[in-house]
Amino acid sequence: MQIDRRLISHFDWTLFLLSLTFVFIGVMTIYSANYNITEGHAGGLPSRQLIWLGFGLIAMLTAIAFDYHHIDRIAYPFYGIVLLLLILVLVIGHSGGGSQRWINLGFFRLQPSEPAKIAIVLMMAKYLQDDEPPRGYRLHDIWLPFALVGPLVVLTLVQPDLGTAIILGIVFLSMLLIGGLRLRSFLYLVGAGLALLPVGWHFLKSYQRARILTFLDPDRDPLGAGYHVIQSKIAIGSGRLFGKGYLHGTQNRLDFLPAQHTDFIFAVFSEEWGFVGCLVLLLLYVIMIAYCLRLMQRAKDRFGGLLVFGMVAIFFWHVVINVAMVSGIMPVVGVPLPMVSYGGSALASMMFAIGIMINVSMRRYIF
Amino acid sequence: MVVRTDINKQDGAPELRVRARLLYVILILALLGLTTRLAFLQIIQGERYTFLSENNRVRIKRIPGTRGMVLDRQGQLLIDSRPSFDLLFVPEDSEEPEKTLRLLARYLGRDDQELLTVLEENKKRPAFEELVLGRDVDWSTVVAVEAHQLDLPGVTLRTRPRRSYVQGPVAAHVLGYMGEIGLRQLKVLKDQGYVVGDEIGQYGLERRWEEVLRGQSGGQQVEVDALGRRVRVLHEVPDVPGYTVHLTLDRELQETAFEALNGKEGTIVALDVNSGAILAMVSTPAFDPNVFARGIKAEEWRDLVKDRLRPLSNRATQGQYPPGSTFKIIMTIAGLEEGVLQPEARIFDPGYYYFGNRAFRDWKKEGHGSVDLHKAIVQSCDVYFYQLGPRIGVDRIAKWARAFGLGEKSGVALDDERSGTVPDSDWKRKKYRQPWYPGETVSISIGQGYLTVTPLQLANMMAAVANGGTLYRPRIVSKVESVDGATVREYGPEKIRTIELKPTTLERLHEALADVVKEAGGTGGAARSTLVEIAGKTGTAQVVEMKGGYVKTEQLAYFNRDHAWFVSYAPVQNPQIAVVVLVEHGGHGGDAAAPLAKKVIEKYIALQNRPAGTQQVRAEGENRAN
Repeated sequence: MQIDRRLISHFDWTLFLLSLTFVFIGVMTIYSANYNITEGHAGGLPSRQLIWLGFGLIAMLTAIAFDYHHIDRIAYPFYGIVLLLLILVLVIGHSGGGSQRWINLGFFRLQPSEPAKIAIVLMMAKYLQDDEPPRGYRLHDIWLPFALVGPLVVLTLVQPDLGTAIILGIVFLSMLLIGGLRLRSFLYLVGAGLALLPVGWHFLKSYQRARILTFLDPDRDPLGAGYHVIQSKIAIGSGRLFGKGYLHGTQNRLDFLPAQHTDFIFAVFSEEWGFVGCLVLLLLYVIMIAYCLRLMQRAKDRFGGLLVFGMVAIFFWHVVINVAMVSGIMPVVGVPLPMVSYGGSALASMMFAIGIMINVSMRRYIF
Repeated sequence: MVVRTDINKQDGAPELRVRARLLYVILILALLGLTTRLAFLQIIQGERYTFLSENNRVRIKRIPGTRGMVLDRQGQLLIDSRPSFDLLFVPEDSEEPEKTLRLLARYLGRDDQELLTVLEENKKRPAFEELVLGRDVDWSTVVAVEAHQLDLPGVTLRTRPRRSYVQGPVAAHVLGYMGEIGLRQLKVLKDQGYVVGDEIGQYGLERRWEEVLRGQSGGQQVEVDALGRRVRVLHEVPDVPGYTVHLTLDRELQETAFEALNGKEGTIVALDVNSGAILAMVSTPAFDPNVFARGIKAEEWRDLVKDRLRPLSNRATQGQYPPGSTFKIIMTIAGLEEGVLQPEARIFDPGYYYFGNRAFRDWKKEGHGSVDLHKAIVQSCDVYFYQLGPRIGVDRIAKWARAFGLGEKSGVALDDERSGTVPDSDWKRKKYRQPWYPGETVSISIGQGYLTVTPLQLANMMAAVANGGTLYRPRIVSKVESVDGATVREYGPEKIRTIELKPTTLERLHEALADVVKEAGGTGGAARSTLVEIAGKTGTAQVVEMKGGYVKTEQLAYFNRDHAWFVSYAPVQNPQIAVVVLVEHGGHGGDAAAPLAKKVIEKYIALQNRPAGTQQVRAEGENRAN
């Protein structure tokens, strides 16, 4: 396959540089989150995140290299591989923090629930790419995606990783909606979902239930789950308008913040950069998402538009859920801040997603 | 390779374009929502959160649930939880930790070097972690620290309930002891909310009934000032005290039994014959569980573990001994029930019995002369039972022994109970791959050989003999109660089985056992009481086989001396209590064990007439619980 010269001239530098900005902010904040005042350094995590960035760039280039129309053919095999990995993780997986999410590959640990997010987008874009029925999809038109996505969600739930399962479900629903699900069918789905809530509750781990109950009633467990949210809120709130300055956050110093370099990294950032910093970061996300939405509108075909939408949905929901949970307006469900939180699999998956979007962006001029 | 080039789609997807407009709106709404939240936290409440963050003002104080009390059958305290104070220090809260500690030492009249060492040793730990300067400090320390609180930044007191075993070592083996949770235990019990440093029942009742006694820990989310002093409680989760456990033990009877053993190694078990309730269970030498409560020192622990007299073992449930002549009770029942034994028939005892070409000696060198069943029991004639044994056969003997609960765990709710051994031909085939030799039955007939029992099993056997054949499961806990006095669980009598016995069998046995104590020449004369009529049977369990003939107890090395047994029940007419005494290396049962059983039984009878002051004691117990 030849690389068209026009491709290079149409490379989407905006998207590429925006994504690098997030990684930069991430590495910087990871450094601060692990910074040890007395020892004067932050350990190996920031540089490891840079290594993941290297892997991420490879993933991104891979996603750009071929014409995105070929995804039509790789969507199901990709889904199959992810499904196998998710089964494998339960069998030989590595546990950490009470759940079994990683496969140990020696030099790094792969978290297959991250590429699962991508798999859902690829698969749904493929499934929904043809013209939609005149009055939209009815439920029985789309039983196949349900049958395919269901196992991914269940396998993630039993790890247990409630956060990722929620992301998987919500991205799936978003794609259905944008792809032309009938409104009435959607309402049926919502109704069925509500009816199944008590059943789902039954399958949650006790600590997950505790988090949700704590959210509904913050006074319920002030010594356990409630303590983490309080510490996170103190970190954010004490940042005030301009923050305490880089490396001058105090809450993370005493390990008061749980998971300060992963899911709670926004709290560390907020403490040091204040409301202004938060606004800048959120605006960066909004700019990027808006840019991608524009890209989706200008995509050459429905398939490309759906791909871009799926990837941008992943971004959007991660940001909203993460910031909401860290600032105490949603239960703590364990969702990373995209491209900023520490984590190799998540970063590589996100870079791959951006690669796909750049791919669609570049090829909208080529017929 | 087919690349989709559908002409219709070259304009993109207009429907997506339309829907995307809605997405911009959603995006802006989300941004507004999150920004509002952040503004609320960082601008409107920013001052308050800054205040909380500046001094790391929110701390968690965990308050372990007060462990449940343990009461005896009269509601008298056996284990209490009293408040105690630990002296803590958080180095970070003090600007000059060393100066603060010097000052503290001065206030306490202690050597400051001692306190500074603690600081030095923990230098590597984070400065916000509390150091324990002293556990269970005395009242004057508490007063001094409270009074000088302002000069002593970082110094705090932590209240902690401490276990207090009212009688010290008296019921040590039943009650058990507490200890810090081990790493392996923690791994298993993490889900149940245990954390490093928690105390957990490690032995006896404390361990077996951990779940019930434990309670739930609570805690406080506390706002503290820069000096580590509590400003206010932000949130509080009250701790839930553990349940109160009522035992079947009688504190006073237990005391009497402990005193009766008077420092000898041995054990006394007293059971209510009509319910299986354990009234007393003493094992000596004992240990003091209070030592564990205050934190046992390494050398104290080593001494306990290495002691040749095994003070940590509960001889009543874990000691396995040959029953000696007390087993003649089972032999009598087996003989009569199987129709092998003619009680009136007499045999002649010359002092020995030949089986094959081996001579089995009677304990009485010159023999008992002409003996029938009654005399054989009363005077504990060995030869009579030697010749009876092979006629019944080991398998039928084993059947009757097992019917009375020998050779199986009684199922009492205490840890690590042993089962003893009731051998039969099957057992020997499995264990040694050898047939049973009839000569071995001869040894079994007087309770020697492979046969071993626990004192609790013998007591339970005696209770079943006394009540006419009902074997109850021995019980130690009668009731579990919540702090407000509501009954949570109740444990009534539990029948293991009813043993069908002919009335004549029981009649003959009861009469003979009474005469062991009552009749002149009976081996149990030392248990004769003026207060109550006692029935019993002596036993002497050989520790080493004496091939050479008759040796006086005093001439043997201590650890080779025989164990002395006495099994008994009283009153003869309407049995209520069964008492078993074992004195290790005590020599003859009649001399060493019978008088102890008498003391316990007499005390029991005296307690029956105890004045009605018990109600008051109960009330006292309940007050303490609140």
